[in-house]
Amino acid sequence: MRDGPIPSGGPEVTSIARIPLEGSQVAPIEQLADVLYRLPGGALLLTTVENVLNWARASSLWPLTFGLACCAMEMMQAFATRFDLDRFGVIPRATPRQADLIIVSGRCTIKMAPVVRRLWEQMPEPKYVISMGSCATCGGPFFYDNYSILKGIDTVIPVDVYVPGCPPRPEALIEGVLKLQEKIRRERRLTRRGA
Amino acid sequence: MAKALRTEELILNMGPQHPSTHGVLRLVVTLDGENIVEVMPDIGYLHSSVEKMMEHRNYTQCIALADRGMDYLAALLNEMAVLRAVETLGGIPVPERARYIRTIFMELQRIASHLLWLGTYGIDLGATTAFLWCMRERELIMDLFESVTGGRLHHVYFRIGGVNEDLPPGWTDRCREFCHYFLNRLGEYHRLLTGNPIWQARTQGIGVLTREQAIAFGASGPVARASGLQWDVRKSHPYEVYDRVDFQVPVYTEGDCFARYLVRMDEMRESARIILQCLDQMPEGEIRTPRVSLTPRLPPGEVYTRVESPRGDLGIHLVSRGAETPWRVKIRAPSFSNLFALTQMMKGWKVADVIAILGSIDIVLADVDR
Repeated sequence: MRDGPIPSGGPEVTSIARIPLEGSQVAPIEQLADVLYRLPGGALLLTTVENVLNWARASSLWPLTFGLACCAMEMMQAFATRFDLDRFGVIPRATPRQADLIIVSGRCTIKMAPVVRRLWEQMPEPKYVISMGSCATCGGPFFYDNYSILKGIDTVIPVDVYVPGCPPRPEALIEGVLKLQEKIRRERRLTRRGA
Repeated sequence: MAKALRTEELILNMGPQHPSTHGVLRLVVTLDGENIVEVMPDIGYLHSSVEKMMEHRNYTQCIALADRGMDYLAALLNEMAVLRAVETLGGIPVPERARYIRTIFMELQRIASHLLWLGTYGIDLGATTAFLWCMRERELIMDLFESVTGGRLHHVYFRIGGVNEDLPPGWTDRCREFCHYFLNRLGEYHRLLTGNPIWQARTQGIGVLTREQAIAFGASGPVARASGLQWDVRKSHPYEVYDRVDFQVPVYTEGDCFARYLVRMDEMRESARIILQCLDQMPEGEIRTPRVSLTPRLPPGEVYTRVESPRGDLGIHLVSRGAETPWRVKIRAPSFSNLFALTQMMKGWKVADVIAILGSIDIVLADVDR
């Protein structure tokens, strides 16, 4: 608990959070987060807008149901009975307009690449990409020397998390999703310079 | 009403990104109102050039490639298709025990593939419970696979002249236990879906393919057998130990989506029966012919062999010129023929039936495009 007057209203909280105060009341933005103020008859959680946004974004990642090849089977398994990605707030959506994550599962051909690009462009910001499996990551352990497979999906869309494997187990995909959530929690979209 | 209502045909593009196309298939559907006039599949979105790549791989590497590049839901059957060609051309013997192990694994793979089909078909038609139940049982098969081959989806378990490793202790008991468990579960699926009025309304009488059309399009597997065609490679050209086990080939004559569903349900039952018989008959002994090179040079010549994959008649035409690698490989993919039978099945049905019909033929796009 911090000494000093308890902030009472919404606008004041934001002003404390955004503007550094003088003297002993100075608290960096990082320290202000997760400080609980007890009020008579309630409590007030003081945090930054950014933290709240990141928390919300990371806790309800909605991926696009988009299967390319074999890895899509393990992705389906990850959504299904034993592994159950739903418990991390990951619920597949059938349209890119409602999705904020695209899991590129499997090898992508040169014919398919413009379609993947367009799907990614149709997704609203902020959007994230998981490259699942070796084929999506780099053309794969098996398709490295042929004429039709794209050598890595990152030549078309920016990738946030790479999940290795041929195909990765569902646990590996879950690990990838958790890593992405970590990444989102650390994001500084509002305060970074030149944003 | 002096003026006549002006109507025109509408072209609707389904895919290549569509949750129900089971991969990256684009369907160009010409519609007159709600009725389908014509359907043209646009394929090639997953062309992996497997046939070309096999020309630069030795035969053992071809097995690993066949796992991934072809029908990825039936990896072990692809391995078998390649191995049958290699072993036939090279005259390489396979020990008895390995033959039984191969048969058991192929039938487990068939059940896994059909389970995935049933689950996704359920989702297509709005029955999410079916998906969750099927994936639950499929996970048990994956455990059985994993404890022997180390892989869940791609195994690279079969070798030229046998299999890679023997079964671990206790595996046969677990497998037998699974089969009995699964036969019970199959009854549960029937109770959930077969008598369900919604399921019947969406599938019965929809997407009829007559016997003549099935033959003309070269359809095979459950699609042909649902149209009254008695054709199963396991019976007509027995390989491994299929001539020593007792099983039936389910055939229905209606040719609609419901018949295709019933054929696959019955096939899962028969597969479980085959596995149980193989477990009883399996002898002890070698699992791999000794002194077979990992990189054999096959004698010059060509061979065409076929296996019954969960989707139909999977053929491999292999031409060897005496090198360590094949000179040419041609894959006859069952999904390819079945996909083009779709153009006939869909004519005249409503746009809402597109998904029901497409799901019922169980295509895998990696199999279509190779």
